[in-house]
Amino acid sequence: MASLIPCPHCGLRPKEEFSIRGDAAPVRPRPDAPFDAWDAYVHLRDNVRGVMHEHWQHVGGCRRWLVVERDTFTHAVHAVTDAADFTRAQGAPTGGGGASAASGTRTGKGRAKR
Amino acid sequence: MSFSRFPDGGLIDRSQVFTFSFDGRSFTGHAGDTLASALLANGVSLMGRSFKYHRPRGLVSGGASEPNALVTVGAGGHREPNLRASMVTLRDGLKAESQNRWPSLGFDLGAVNSALTPFIGAGFYYKTFMWPAALWESLYEPLIRKAAGLGRASHAPDPQVYEKRWAHCDLLVIGAGPAGLMAALAAARTGARVILCDENAAFGGRLLHDRVEIGDADGPGFAAAAISELGSLDRVQLLPATTVFGTYDSGVYGAVERRDGAASGPAQRVWRIVARRAVLAAGAEERPLVFGGNDRPGTMTASAMRGLANAQAIRPGDHVAVFSTGPSGHETARDLIARGLEVTLVDARTEISAAELSASEGARVLKGHVVADTLGSKSVTGIEAVDRATGKRSRIKVDALAMAGGWNPVVHLACQRGDRPVWDAGSGMFLPPASRDGLAAVGSAAGILDLAGCLRSGTAAGEDAAAALGFTPVTAKLPAAREACGGSTGFTTLWHVGEARGKAFVDFQNDVAVSDLGLAVREGYGHVELAKRYTTTGMATDQGKLSNVNAIGILAEQRGLTPDQVGTTTFRPFYTPVSIGALAGEHRGSHYRPVRRSPLDGWARKHGAVFIEAGHWMRPSHFPRDGEAGWKEACDRETLAVRAGVGISDASTLGKIDLSGKDAARFLDRVYTGKMSTLAVGKARYGLMLREDGMVMDDGTVSRLGESHYLITTTTGAAGEAMAHLEFCAQALWPDLDVRLVSVTDQWAQITVAGPASRDVLGRIVDADLSEEAMPFMAAREVTLHSGLAARLFRISFSGELAFELAVPARQGEAVADAIMQAGAPFGITPYGLEALNVLRIEKGFITHAEIDGRVTPGDLGLGKMVSAKKDDFIGRAMLGREGLQDPDRLQLVGLRPVNPAHRILAGGHLLEPGAVPAMANDQGHVSSACWSPHLNSTIALAMVRRGRSRHGEILTVWDPLRGIETRAIVGDPLFLGASAIKAPPRRGLAPVIPARAPGLRLPDLPAVSGIELALCPEAPVLLLSAPVGLDAAVRAAAPAGDGILRPVQPGQALAVGRPGESADALAARLDGPAGASLCELTDARLRLELSGARAGDLISTQSAIDLDDEGFGPGASAPTLFGHVPVQLTRLDAASFEVMVFSTYAGDLVESLIRAIRRL
Ligand SMILES: [Zn+2]
Repeated sequence: MASLIPCPHCGLRPKEEFSIRGDAAPVRPRPDAPFDAWDAYVHLRDNVRGVMHEHWQHVGGCRRWLVVERDTFTHAVHAVTDAADFTRAQGAPTGGGGASAASGTRTGKGRAKR
Repeated sequence: MSFSRFPDGGLIDRSQVFTFSFDGRSFTGHAGDTLASALLANGVSLMGRSFKYHRPRGLVSGGASEPNALVTVGAGGHREPNLRASMVTLRDGLKAESQNRWPSLGFDLGAVNSALTPFIGAGFYYKTFMWPAALWESLYEPLIRKAAGLGRASHAPDPQVYEKRWAHCDLLVIGAGPAGLMAALAAARTGARVILCDENAAFGGRLLHDRVEIGDADGPGFAAAAISELGSLDRVQLLPATTVFGTYDSGVYGAVERRDGAASGPAQRVWRIVARRAVLAAGAEERPLVFGGNDRPGTMTASAMRGLANAQAIRPGDHVAVFSTGPSGHETARDLIARGLEVTLVDARTEISAAELSASEGARVLKGHVVADTLGSKSVTGIEAVDRATGKRSRIKVDALAMAGGWNPVVHLACQRGDRPVWDAGSGMFLPPASRDGLAAVGSAAGILDLAGCLRSGTAAGEDAAAALGFTPVTAKLPAAREACGGSTGFTTLWHVGEARGKAFVDFQNDVAVSDLGLAVREGYGHVELAKRYTTTGMATDQGKLSNVNAIGILAEQRGLTPDQVGTTTFRPFYTPVSIGALAGEHRGSHYRPVRRSPLDGWARKHGAVFIEAGHWMRPSHFPRDGEAGWKEACDRETLAVRAGVGISDASTLGKIDLSGKDAARFLDRVYTGKMSTLAVGKARYGLMLREDGMVMDDGTVSRLGESHYLITTTTGAAGEAMAHLEFCAQALWPDLDVRLVSVTDQWAQITVAGPASRDVLGRIVDADLSEEAMPFMAAREVTLHSGLAARLFRISFSGELAFELAVPARQGEAVADAIMQAGAPFGITPYGLEALNVLRIEKGFITHAEIDGRVTPGDLGLGKMVSAKKDDFIGRAMLGREGLQDPDRLQLVGLRPVNPAHRILAGGHLLEPGAVPAMANDQGHVSSACWSPHLNSTIALAMVRRGRSRHGEILTVWDPLRGIETRAIVGDPLFLGASAIKAPPRRGLAPVIPARAPGLRLPDLPAVSGIELALCPEAPVLLLSAPVGLDAAVRAAAPAGDGILRPVQPGQALAVGRPGESADALAARLDGPAGASLCELTDARLRLELSGARAGDLISTQSAIDLDDEGFGPGASAPTLFGHVPVQLTRLDAASFEVMVFSTYAGDLVESLIRAIRRL
């Protein structure tokens, strides 16, 4: 686990200021998505050895949800982005306006690759 | 002749005489002594007993790696075991004791183990105590613990004070020997921020122990000049007596600073150092030689012996033998001969360089010889040397024996992140792995054993690090270095002496001999990790610092491999033992975690509340009165009072979240199971939040305060989780919804007034019509008190009675509660605590997190109707539809009453059908909550029961084997108590009660410490300006309009502070935020402190990891961070003045912890 996380809003902070949620790759399916998509989103996670994207919250700082791209093996942190930007970049439904053009049924197996 | 002190010389200050004791005997020593050197000066060479065989042991390496001379220092709560005597700086009055001996160090009964040696070799414990296993705890373990062991910890509480600090630097230099000093100097001269640590009390490393010359200076002179120059640079921090114990990810290093005998401040300080680059200049350990009786006191490494002679003027005796495989032995011979001692040099090599022979001129040199055994009992009196060519053995009388078996670079910190050291066959050393993440090894730690090379490599590393970070190098010419034999480069590897007679120890601390390693290989445990566990080599406090490389060499020989094929064991922090107290810092006892105090804390205290820990909070459990025997009597009285008349309690700890933004209603529909968007302004609604897996996360209320303005309440316990969940939904799931979430828990004191008379009581306080028509159930209104104070009133009930929750700004809470007490006096108003609250809600079948345990659906709780069938989406909806979650066989909430009302039911008991065998297959559910109902004169309980709702009337057994209770109970509705029969006639015409204005805030008395001041900032309004993230620039432009300072919280959110004395409305009027921005008042939710003075930065470094260096956090900078575990917004007002804006419920705790930190400065 990295000792320091560079928060895009607050700068370099110790991991004690953060809480971790887990894999950020799964996209929340659309409400009418088949059950398998929901099952994958809620239950299926890869146990990645290498680079993965994770949701972390800077609870002891700005309280923004972030996506930390880090290597689970070397513990190197490659990039940290605001979770809102990550979600938009995923092409996931973002809540606003009408239905998103992107598929809302990407499953938990859709691991982000560098 | 034993060890003594030379009459002159050394680096000790003979004018300072310290008196100390060892095992009750009194001795004297000098400033500049370690405990070990002072003992040797007094002729004490027996310092400990070995772990297993209780063999007499003396000093071996005389440094951080010392395996033998372990002592316990101090008494009572100050008692600290397993300290290395070589690392304990002597001070006046020091009391030390030896360990692992009984009845005395000189006569130890445990030494009988030594006679049993053939029976207790490696693997002895595993083999002997394997069967019967039942005897492990009762017999074997206590026996082993008694016979073998180290020092014992004190059982008294530790009265010492510890501290943790953050530090930041461009270059961290680990070790202040010649290479480290040069690295620090080279980097510091460029203007880089440098931290230089050394585990010893004095900087200099071998410059203090070896007779060398650099330019015109001797070793100590050169070191003094370097330290003086470093000390004059203000971007350099020198940390002597500080061991860097761990290398962590991201360039973070852990270090412990020992401050033994310091007049003030903490006893130890743990540093967390954030270093952009680091230089490992930890030096090398001299390798002991493995021969018979190599553990007899008086035998030590050659570098230890000459270091003691040169630095502390320790005289090892008249005649000293030096067993050597390289130049170090000749250097020691030189220094002892210069002091007039007689030296016999036993050199395993047949060819010895002229430089070495010239250095040791005057010694009797036995080429091609080895030492096979030592003679003597508790100290060396002679050696048996063997001529390897002829096999001829000869005995030589000596007073002490030095051994020089080569060098092991101290590579630990370079290997703790998973890299392995690299075997270099040419030099016969394990060298550090390639540089990683800015950590580079230099000098002897990198296998460079000559002084000139150390100076060069240190300088180069310091320059390289500075240049890599953009500093302009300053070149300085290196003076010439001169030393014995031209340096220690080149030694012959001799893993062990085959001709040995006695037991030849590889690992001194664990009593592992060559024969044990052989046994391990023969029994199939030759792998280095297995051999470690099988023989215990490399375990315990020294973790094999001296022994591991020899053990690897011997395993390699026995297995016919090379050392790199055998490999090393894993390197992990800590490099040397660190006391738990130091790691805990100030977070222990009652400061283990921060305490949150409700704004009504003072009110509850006044009324005699007994407090109970609830998460971070301290909450009133009950309010005992004189004559009441225990909590239950108080609880019964409080419960009865609420239903019969009126009670008052504190609801401030409920999580309160302010929600605004144009998509607020849509957002609520997606996070709650019910349809919240239909809620009218001025109304509240009960709601359930699910997790995405369909299980209930939390329950609470939503009140609509305005068109797009809501207040969400959560339970106290899940407040943090619920807030983080809502933020996740808003930021990560639906970032395009315009919603802003602000925790306002700290802003409001929330007072529950419950009971039939509650309307009459509140009518005297609140200037509003509280009639059923005007203020119906679930109304939520902004109201004004008779004093003019703006407040919020909610008609919400958690007791099932007529009840109101009145929210007032936190600082006014106590005064308003006092006024309610006064208004309620004619009605007998009764303060009630958590215990009564619990009874009141169980009587009505209301749930808490005892029921919402992460495994229940709304349907399980009988709340299925709260799940909207009309909405196409909300968190948890999809998974809630799963077959298993709709199974009629699921556990369902029911009420339970014992058949005999006097019988007990406790939460946690399981339910069985009468006569059923207690087994998982027969489990019918469990009891989630239970209490005594004074209204029903019976125990009542809530339980989750299989198909519970269809089993009302059935009798089940509550099986509680842990507490030995079996109770027959009737299943029924969870609603035990119907609507109250009491309809108190309204009493009108009572005069209004006007709450006083709360007095101004005050800090407790502060200690007077120069260079630091803590004060309250003048009172001024605080508003949070928030807008969608995309409008962050506009928010940042508007927020400083308050007092000129921008305090950003997150994109789209900034705190604005008004002028002293100004009203929040006046500030709001001056803030020209973007269209649609929200303003949320947090004046009472924050306390603003000002920390100022030259040492303000030091103080902050004990609290927060923020780098206060001007470039990163200059005047005007502001950021949210943690102070310890407490959230704050830190703002730099000017160079030496900071504003700390803390959440007000944490303020008392933070002020206390800042005061403790000031005392430690
Ligand atoms: Zn942040």
